[in-house]
Amino acid sequence: MARPDAETMREQVAGDGRETTVSHGTVVVELTPAAFLATAQELKSRHGFDLLLDVTAVDWPEREPRFDVVWHFYSTRHFLRVRVRTRVSAADPVVDSLSAMYGSAGFMERECHDMYGIRFRGNDDLRPILLYEGFEGHPLRKDYPKRREQPLVPYRK
Amino acid sequence: MNANLKRPAPALEYLTTKKDELVGWARKFSLFPYPFVTACCAMEFMSVSSTLYDTDRFGAALPRFTPRQSDLLMVVGTVTHKQAPILRKVYDQMCEPKWVIAFGVCATSGGFYQNYAALPGIDKIIPVDVYIPGCPPRPEMVIDGIMQLQDKIARSKHPIVNDRF
Repeated sequence: MARPDAETMREQVAGDGRETTVSHGTVVVELTPAAFLATAQELKSRHGFDLLLDVTAVDWPEREPRFDVVWHFYSTRHFLRVRVRTRVSAADPVVDSLSAMYGSAGFMERECHDMYGIRFRGNDDLRPILLYEGFEGHPLRKDYPKRREQPLVPYRK
Repeated sequence: MNANLKRPAPALEYLTTKKDELVGWARKFSLFPYPFVTACCAMEFMSVSSTLYDTDRFGAALPRFTPRQSDLLMVVGTVTHKQAPILRKVYDQMCEPKWVIAFGVCATSGGFYQNYAALPGIDKIIPVDVYIPGCPPRPEMVIDGIMQLQDKIARSKHPIVNDRF
């Protein structure tokens, strides 16, 4: 079976109001949060993207909606990567969780929740993973003060 | 008359000084380090404690991996706020007398980390005797630091019962 290249894969993934491009050999899919879960299921079952590489976010403080949430998938069958990007607002930063489909999603969604405060609907274990209990705010948001510290041990005088 | 009673007799003072010298001499050559190793400085720590630079020459080579048996806490690498309670607990578990070396610039001052995660220097939470800057410090600097600590131990008083004991 001939392996599809990135352009072929982009054509197969396109449609349903998804905006698709190819960037540096990676298929980029932009969509609405509502369309995300169905697209992820399709990518996994129909196009063979069986590995979830990363879940992260980008903060655009002057933009509305403020956050990009970004997922990277890899296909061990086609040796292709796809980047899925969606936008959520600061008032309601919620997207669907992939923890039911990918075992690795749980930890990465917890990290994304730590750092950006994105909530993942369906992941009921969003405890801090890199931060600690009692940490206020989300340090990778642009409005987190650069030098704000939240020490656990009181400082010596 | 009273002043004379408060001061120990010259002979006793001489003996106390000699005792401090003797105990200091013994203690400075029997440092048992506890390596609290958290980051990349560990590589330099291994290099300085192994054959080529050989801290064993200073009696400071045998690491004890329990704080209760050690008397030199070597904090090697970045300490984060999340790690700070652990460092504090390890320090509290060590028996007197105890000394602390901040190994590398991160343990000394936080180094180039000035953010939500990193503790800006371990002296914010525990007292430090010798700071060894460098990212990572050269083995010569570490040896110099150990020798300075030995001088400090040799010069200080060694009460058998102190205010913390």
